[in-house]
Amino acid sequence: MLLINCPHCGPRAQAEFGFERPVETILPVDASTATMVERLYTRTNARGVSAELWRHSHGCRAWLRIDRHVVTHEILCVALWVALWQAPQ
Amino acid sequence: MQRYSAWNLFKHGLRGHKGWQPAWRSPEPKAHYDVVIIGGGGHGLATAYYLAKRHGIRAAVVEKSWIGGGNTGRNTTIVRSNYRLPEMQALLEHALKLWEGLSDELNYNVMFSQRGAIFLGHSDGDMARLAERGDALRCAGIDAELLSRAQVHKLIPLLDISDAARFPIVGGLIQRRGGTARHDAVAWGYARAADALGVDIIQQCEVTGFAIAGGRVTGVETSRGHIGAGRVGIVVAGNSGHVAGLAGLRLPVESHILQAFVTEPVKPMIDTVIMSQSLHCYISQSDKGEIVLGGDPDFYPSYTQRGQPMRIEEVAGQAIGLVPALSKLRMLRGWAGTTDMTCDGSPIFDETPVADLHINGGWCYGGFKATPGSGWLFAEQLATGRVADLARPFGLGRFASGATVDEAGSGPMPHHR
Ligand SMILES: Cc1cc2nc3c(=O)[nH]c(=O)nc-3n(C[C@H](O)[C@H](O)[C@H](O)COP(=O)(O)OP(=O)(O)OC[C@H]3O[C@@H](n4cnc5c(N)ncnc54)[C@H](O)[C@@H]3O)c2cc1C
Ligand SMILES: [Zn+2]
Repeated sequence: MLLINCPHCGPRAQAEFGFERPVETILPVDASTATMVERLYTRTNARGVSAELWRHSHGCRAWLRIDRHVVTHEILCVALWVALWQAPQ
Repeated sequence: MQRYSAWNLFKHGLRGHKGWQPAWRSPEPKAHYDVVIIGGGGHGLATAYYLAKRHGIRAAVVEKSWIGGGNTGRNTTIVRSNYRLPEMQALLEHALKLWEGLSDELNYNVMFSQRGAIFLGHSDGDMARLAERGDALRCAGIDAELLSRAQVHKLIPLLDISDAARFPIVGGLIQRRGGTARHDAVAWGYARAADALGVDIIQQCEVTGFAIAGGRVTGVETSRGHIGAGRVGIVVAGNSGHVAGLAGLRLPVESHILQAFVTEPVKPMIDTVIMSQSLHCYISQSDKGEIVLGGDPDFYPSYTQRGQPMRIEEVAGQAIGLVPALSKLRMLRGWAGTTDMTCDGSPIFDETPVADLHINGGWCYGGFKATPGSGWLFAEQLATGRVADLARPFGLGRFASGATVDEAGSGPMPHHR
């Protein structure tokens, strides 16, 4: 199980968190159809670092950005997601 | 190929079993093959077998590790065709018919056991959905039988059907032709039969890149050097995204973890496959006597083939709720596989934007049951360059056009199914 260091709550067990989606799949509401299809239905899915949106669902409920290595499970950073309304570049 | 038979077993027994040959060769890769198949799981090996058997093409199967060591050797071996959507029904019924003759076809006992696969219904709502599915299946010519609570109890006497049960049992839907098979035997049986037809199975050989010229694939780069190819098929399950990425492609696939575990072996106590319409727990008993248990995926992307204990606790809790006697058993071992979860939960058969580079993947947590059919159809695709009819609904274009095949009806997120 991952140990996730929530900026609000400190280190907590993964069981308290929910994975939401890779950051690259976040959709701007006014995106073109082509962009929507690309964002919703394709993934880089690399054997490496994955930038993801998680939620501390059973804790402070904050939305978090977690950068994680999906082969080693190393967590590189956990940050509050403050720019939800902004599409990732 | 040395045939396996009672007579040969007896004959070799007289000579102390010293005369058996290896079931397949370990050849050095040749410089060029008409077709190279990446991935020596059940699907890749079945593809190679049918390619040789039905189309006369002797391919190479390139496997980075050992054959069958991926999801083929890690799954809970449930085989059935009682899906909800017609596209999936047609695909998996074709496979189920092949399963029914597979041990004879391969001269290898894959221990396919049609012991029946039951979905339990825990409420009137569950039963309505099961009845609807059963009707649809029978209209499609696939066997389905709706069972009352008493009938379910007769089939699975150890089920808690009391009124105080944690999960009340109202009835069930059974596919009697469903069941289980021995996963390793499927990989080994296809490997041996393909090898006998001239297929080169090359293990410990990882594909690390593609040779592409003028928009066309001309071979693969591997840890054992370049191998030229007229056509290449990617059949790497959980690594689909990674391998396609080596050709610059992005797929509608996320790699997730799915776990399974078994108890210590005991005398026969459950002789059907138990699944549930509402729970995420499935139970069967292997021929060795172990109770095989599985449930939900871990719900976050990972290539580790290592799961979290939380999930085991959840599955064990549900299994004990259904069959209280299981609480007496000790867990023997658990493991995980990396599954190729797609954005509609259905597989992918297609040619990629790189000419002559084809892909068969995205089988999520349910592709073992498809193994013979998947190989049959992908062999046809690699032989002709055209996607086979039954596989046509599963092209990559379905996401943009909106023609997704969403069996669970749960939308575009790979981990929401
Ligand atoms: C725990 C668990 C339970 C499951 N239960 C069921 C079930 O009950 N019923 C069911 O129908 N399905 C089930 N499944 C799903 C099923 O196991 C898979 O869909 C199926 O086995 C996929 O077969 P495959 O041959 O495509 O994959 P695999 O057996 O994974 O084969 C792919 C192969 O590709 C190789 N490979 C990867 N990358 C490279 C590379 N770069 N170069 C060379 N080779 C490479 C891998 O080493 C691997 O051997 C389950 C899966 C898991 C993990
Ligand atoms: Zn928190």
